[in-house]
Amino acid sequence: MNPFQYYTSTDHFTIIPALMLALFGCAILLFDAFEAFFFTGPRQRRWLLFFVVLGEVGAGWGLYKQQAWLAANNVSELAGFQGSVMVDGFGIFFNWIFVIAALIVAIVSYKYLEIAGEHHGEYYSLILFAQCGMYFLASGTDLITLFIGLELMALSFYVMVGFLRTDKRSNEAAMKYLLLGAFSTGFLVYGFSVMYGVAGSTKLDQIAAKFRELPAWDAVVVLALVTTAVGLFFKVSAAPFHMWAPDAYEGAPTTVTAYLSVASKAASIAFLLRIFLGPLESARPAWEPLLSAVAVVTLTLGNLAAINQTNIKRLLAYSSISHAGYMLLGLIAGNDTGITGIKVYILVYTFMNLGAFLVVVALRRQNIIGEDLDDIAGLMHKSPGYAVLMLIFLLSLAGIPPTAGFLGKYYIFLALIQTGHYTLAVVATLYVAVAIYYYFKIVRSMFIKEPTEKAPLATSFGLQLAVVASGAMTLAIGIYPEPFLRLASAALVR
Amino acid sequence: MDQHLLSIILLTPLAGLLVLIFLPSSNKNLVRVWANLASLAGFLVSIPLVLRFQTGAPGFQFVERADWIPSLGAHYMIGIDGISLLLVMLTTLMGFIATLCSWSAIQDRVKEYYAMFLLLQTGMIGVFISLDFFLFYIFWELVLVPMYFIIGVWGGPRKLYAAIKFFLYTLAGSVLMLLGILTLYFQHYQQFGFYTFEISELMKTSMSLGMQQWVFWAFFLGFAIKVPMFPFHTWLPDAHVEAPTAGSVILAAVLLKMGTYGFLRFSLPLLPAASVDQTIVQILAILSIIGIIYGALVSLMQQDWKKLVAYSSVSHLGFCTLGIFSLNPNGIAGSVLQQINHGISTGMLFLVIGVIYERRHTREIAEYGGLAHVMPKFAIIFAIAMLSSAGLPLLNGFVGEFTILQGAFEANRAWAAFAVTGVIFGAAYLLWLYQRTMLGQVTNGKNLVLRDMNFREVAYFLPLIAWAVWIGVYPKPYFDVLQKPVAEIVERVRPGYFGERQRANLSPLPTPQPPPPAVAAGGAQ
Repeated sequence: MNPFQYYTSTDHFTIIPALMLALFGCAILLFDAFEAFFFTGPRQRRWLLFFVVLGEVGAGWGLYKQQAWLAANNVSELAGFQGSVMVDGFGIFFNWIFVIAALIVAIVSYKYLEIAGEHHGEYYSLILFAQCGMYFLASGTDLITLFIGLELMALSFYVMVGFLRTDKRSNEAAMKYLLLGAFSTGFLVYGFSVMYGVAGSTKLDQIAAKFRELPAWDAVVVLALVTTAVGLFFKVSAAPFHMWAPDAYEGAPTTVTAYLSVASKAASIAFLLRIFLGPLESARPAWEPLLSAVAVVTLTLGNLAAINQTNIKRLLAYSSISHAGYMLLGLIAGNDTGITGIKVYILVYTFMNLGAFLVVVALRRQNIIGEDLDDIAGLMHKSPGYAVLMLIFLLSLAGIPPTAGFLGKYYIFLALIQTGHYTLAVVATLYVAVAIYYYFKIVRSMFIKEPTEKAPLATSFGLQLAVVASGAMTLAIGIYPEPFLRLASAALVR
Repeated sequence: MDQHLLSIILLTPLAGLLVLIFLPSSNKNLVRVWANLASLAGFLVSIPLVLRFQTGAPGFQFVERADWIPSLGAHYMIGIDGISLLLVMLTTLMGFIATLCSWSAIQDRVKEYYAMFLLLQTGMIGVFISLDFFLFYIFWELVLVPMYFIIGVWGGPRKLYAAIKFFLYTLAGSVLMLLGILTLYFQHYQQFGFYTFEISELMKTSMSLGMQQWVFWAFFLGFAIKVPMFPFHTWLPDAHVEAPTAGSVILAAVLLKMGTYGFLRFSLPLLPAASVDQTIVQILAILSIIGIIYGALVSLMQQDWKKLVAYSSVSHLGFCTLGIFSLNPNGIAGSVLQQINHGISTGMLFLVIGVIYERRHTREIAEYGGLAHVMPKFAIIFAIAMLSSAGLPLLNGFVGEFTILQGAFEANRAWAAFAVTGVIFGAAYLLWLYQRTMLGQVTNGKNLVLRDMNFREVAYFLPLIAWAVWIGVYPKPYFDVLQKPVAEIVERVRPGYFGERQRANLSPLPTPQPPPPAVAAGGAQ
């Protein structure tokens, strides 16, 4: 009997990126624990960052290899572990987003953690572990694989959100996130168990095949749908399961907020698409009205609640809730334009949202929390570069051309019109005008108000590089989107 | 050079902006000189357009076309016809004048101020030359951001409110317009099997009347808010009153024209069936007439000099939209000419207010009186601006309003009858304004020491006055330039219009006969 029967080289190939991440995550833990053997004198944290970069390069290399293999063999997917993991354009596309997000977040965290006085090696390994979980969320095609990926990601995030141990808000946020997260996961697993009960398999395609035989409004299907949807809506922070997001976003260290809002959301959207376009595809008549209601409520709550926020992180949290609403609209439309639209949206959202949070990261200084609208007042006078970049991010978040955000919205609107969802389209467009109001509260503060304090921003080379890169991408995708659109539509495989 | 002329015009302000970014903001005079040079250059490079424009040639000229986003079918496609030509020239000239008039009015954050103006300039020119709907939409939205900052940073006491109101109103209209664009775009795809935003391609789309009406209303919201038509005008007085002088000038002279231009370039040719639909035409004409009369009446009641001129814009723009929806050559040609006229005369009125505001820092009409004794040069220039706006014969306003009324009369006599009262009220509020501020004795001691206009201030009025007189005395070149594009639009919305005319032995061309002065004087008083 072949000892590698259950771990062939193909299997290995399908999880190389995740292996790299896990490996370097562990390496960081070990290195941090036994650092004293290698160096004398003050602790060398720079090496931790080096490990992260190596891990990401490894993961990127793996992704690149997978992509090249798919292209060379002219196939659209490669299954590993008897169909539990699937390497396809869809997963690779999302994984590139995770790589970018994790890399940027790790680089900017260095100085932030230094200032917050909580610089520990675990942080970096948690980033990598979370990303490892995301890999399986985007590439998993088996309920168990997906669930493990989800838990790995979520557990890492529970810890990271509460990483500021001495800060009350951080602790509270972590606790809330954990409790609500556990609750929603319960629902999700229940839904999974129903699916398994119906299909007798945990493989998505087999469940899909079984569900196709059942009518869309079959009680079991609806039960599976509703319970699974609760868990998924929680993860993408769609209303009415969005309550954790503002608290977690506000309390978490800003770098973690950036990571949580971008990578975790992207992974959850990938997960959601895998489930809704996989097993639940045939139940579309049942979930389309449900999803429409959820999307409209999400847009409404996210946008209206954001109006009165005075804390920038909280404001951006509500804005990210409303962005989840837009992405759900793409799924409601459900045609190729809609699905491409979600991917384009996620891609541009990564850069613009990361960028916006990174500027907030720079506001955190020794004695200044720097999260209030007043803290950003007069930023134009103090550091015009950051102010202009923040303006670009906010315009993009609102969807004003020629920034990238417009393109995401463009696809969503077009998909809605193509599929005849005119009312949803009108509602979605009108919320753009609402959104501009609260985004411009930040702009007004930055450009029109006078500075309230003189302390310079806490910039570092890494932060500057990351913000400028995000800004450049936000503009580049907006002005010359062709290559990015090709990338997103090439990854259409479900 | 000819084939890239429009790109050069479009990019000159942007190039100026790029250099401006690297100038030291502490050296205000250097920044000012550079910004003025850049906008002057922007005007100068646009002059060859006039010289090389082929009057009477069909279609678009100076066309440039390049693929931009092939997977969406968006192109970098620009070109102009007679209508765009006039509006582009208005934009480049007003852009330069607005920059010049800001020299001493703007003292803080000078560099950012001029940067915003140059960006605005690019956006406005882009709107008037885009022949691709996607490109158009980008420029259309691009204009919002610099204007927000111009009002919000350098504006008056309620600037924050006015700026965000301007932004929200226009944005709400534009995103709904985007839905209209996307619907049209998708309809075209369904019929032809490929995606494109090119206007000439989209024109081939055939849509049912019901669908056209929906799209028309979506476009309408975008354009009508920008114009602004009654009842969407409420952002305008706020924006005008709070904006700095140059902002008001650009807003009135160019930005509002984006709306009327939109109707002409997009609503009418792309949705011909909806545009001649009786219900729609009636509604638009009635809204225009309400705008004309309401704007004029509200102007009569204003205590604030700038607010008065702002409401007069609502009234004058009502004429422009009325002309468009008369749907005949006279109405449309008159409307385009009136858009230019409004740009010139209202631009001048705002500049006049700017001159006096810089000296007294108040716009209360009651604060003034008898200024003609103290500032004779100012009094003369204000008189010209006022009379040109009121539509005195031999000045520009008269030609435009007269032609529009001619067109409206042809379409529906009742429209003309109601609209003409706007001319009368217009004369009333403007003359009354002049009387209250300039004539009589100086009642307020503070006004006694005002210095008259200096050379720079007179200088930026001169081209506008010259232009106003030119249009007023010899409008023929303008009608020649407009004849072909206007005829194309009319032919598109009312196929066979010119054929019927010829059979009926009527003149097919817009031939504005200079009317006898007696009629004119009757209209203006």
